[in-house]
Amino acid sequence: MSFIADPVIFITNWLNGLLSGWGIPAMWVQFIMFIIGAGLLAFGAMIFTIGLIWLERKLGGRIQDRIGPNRIGPWGLFQPIADMLKIFTKEYITPIGADILLYNLAPILAMAAVLGLWAVIPLSSTTFGTNINVGVLYLIGIGAIGELGIILAGFSSNNKYALLGGYRAVAQLLSYEVPMAITLLIPVMFAGSMGLNDIAGAQKVAFIFQAPVAALIFFIAGIAENGRAPFDLMEADSEIVAGYNIEYSGLKFGMYYVADFLHAFTSALLFATIFLGGWRGPGAEQYPILGFVYLFIKTAVVYLLTITIRFTVPRLRIDQVMAFNWKYLTPLALATLLVTALVDKLAPVGQGLLRIILLLVANVLLFLLADRLVTLYRKNHQKLRKVVTGIRPVPVTIRPTVATEEPEVNS
Amino acid sequence: MTVMQLIFLINAAVTIIAGIMMARVQRLLHAALWLVLALFGVAITFGLLEASFLAIVQVVVYIGAIAILILFAIMLTRGGTDDTYDNSKRWIISIVVALIALGGILLALFTWPQGQALTTPLTPAQQDIGAIGVALLNPEGYLIPFEISSILLLAALVGSIYVGIEHKGEEK
Amino acid sequence: MIPLYWFLILSAVLFCIGIYTVITRRNTITILMGVELMLNAANINLLAFWRYLYVDTGNLDGVIFALIIFVAAAAEVAVGLGLIISAYRRRQSVVANDLDALKG
Repeated sequence: MSFIADPVIFITNWLNGLLSGWGIPAMWVQFIMFIIGAGLLAFGAMIFTIGLIWLERKLGGRIQDRIGPNRIGPWGLFQPIADMLKIFTKEYITPIGADILLYNLAPILAMAAVLGLWAVIPLSSTTFGTNINVGVLYLIGIGAIGELGIILAGFSSNNKYALLGGYRAVAQLLSYEVPMAITLLIPVMFAGSMGLNDIAGAQKVAFIFQAPVAALIFFIAGIAENGRAPFDLMEADSEIVAGYNIEYSGLKFGMYYVADFLHAFTSALLFATIFLGGWRGPGAEQYPILGFVYLFIKTAVVYLLTITIRFTVPRLRIDQVMAFNWKYLTPLALATLLVTALVDKLAPVGQGLLRIILLLVANVLLFLLADRLVTLYRKNHQKLRKVVTGIRPVPVTIRPTVATEEPEVNS
Repeated sequence: MTVMQLIFLINAAVTIIAGIMMARVQRLLHAALWLVLALFGVAITFGLLEASFLAIVQVVVYIGAIAILILFAIMLTRGGTDDTYDNSKRWIISIVVALIALGGILLALFTWPQGQALTTPLTPAQQDIGAIGVALLNPEGYLIPFEISSILLLAALVGSIYVGIEHKGEEK
Repeated sequence: MIPLYWFLILSAVLFCIGIYTVITRRNTITILMGVELMLNAANINLLAFWRYLYVDTGNLDGVIFALIIFVAAAAEVAVGLGLIISAYRRRQSVVANDLDALKG
């Protein structure tokens, strides 16, 4: 029964007993268990990406009113495996003049940054990679390492389009870290600790009901950090010729590809852990295996929302992206932090439901105020458009009237 | 040799080698990457000292912002890709100076009676980051350095924008 | 566990590598990188002493000092790199020996 209730802890204890029985000192046993756990987690995440790629292509096809891959295997299930085989067998073409060390290091850094995120997420009440007490800051730090990989890729390809793509990508990623970090302070404030285990454990009522504006800002900043549509000018084919990964082929490009899909899922996982309650649900403490199931369901909801947004909304330009961040998201995030802290401290102690209702009301008011301010700004700054009346629009060119001399006609 | 000591020795070796490579490598971008590795080693050292908050802040601030800033500066000033030593006398003098400094510090270290005697303190019972926050905002604590450092950041922000901006129509 | 003087030796060696970088290198940006390494070595020193001598007394001097050094280093790098890029625009060179307009 205990195997079904909590398989991971069962296997961990069994392995622990096995290794100690062989006479290895306790510290080394722990070290070996850590290494095995890390390897399994990374391996599991990469294998899971194959299913994610299939899901995204099929669902994206359906949203766009087409079928999606359906040739290889039933419902196209083996399509990602065919993709992987193709990527494995492609030739590595290294451009002339590329810096070999940096060129090969960049995909490794990008992949490592995404896999490193899986180390702190509590997958159930007893299963987690590690429980550091600064889990929230760790998320931001790992994102920073990913950006380092992108700028190295952009510069080392010896290609000015890759360089420009790299600059724009890093500008976007660095900018959207700011509202993400500010809104991550609100669950920290509610839970009283920066560790993700504590944040997931403190959500008797999910934080999305206590801080909806913060959840929205975190969701948008997560999509922008990931480089998904509508913020995907970093890697879009019709933009700056696929951005910083133009010169990569074969498995190196495959690593960027896998890192992209895995990062989308990991962002959804983080949102589910921090704002939706993670592994919490009825009966998740006694049977930790139910924690996996609840987390997976919540993540699937957020991930499907991300895919729907990706295939529905058009792409933003770089100046629109920057203006949106610095003129709207960051001031809104700061205002949300201040208002939430104020209401949280002013609410009477011990009144759980009253506090939640006050927070909800404050958040709704703040959002309406921000919306009103944006509408006022737009009204004041809108340029007047000329309306050409007629039955159907006719292209009109306005020529300046100059005095022209009539050519003399020789009669 | 416990696991912690082994981890510390490997980490110290990697950090020192990264520092030496950063000082000796010709191409600027490689030097910047060796600096990133050295900073990462320093972050792991902070982790070994059980200052977890500072370890993560080191990664976020140094590697996530300062190293990227240095990389951007190297890319924008394309004139100096290769750094050559034109003066071999200077190289020898600087090694001598560095070794004298190292010798002085180590001498002070090993003649300090307490330095040898301290071995293993107890691990702290709880890692409380809230204590850092409370101390920073406590008027009898560190509130004044906190406010002054925020003014310093504001001054640096305004100053770097003003210095870096290109004024059109300026005389050379 | 780990003796204190191991951390102090590591900090001393990193500091001297920083001194060597600052004295030897010609490029201004590399000199700045050496200064960063020196500041990090000072941070290790501060935190090692705090951890081994003061952590039980609840005195947070070491940690706060290290945080303020982070802030000062970040501000210095930002302004320094702005100055270097501005100097590069004028003189087309970032070699420290060439920035000698105020000389003699």
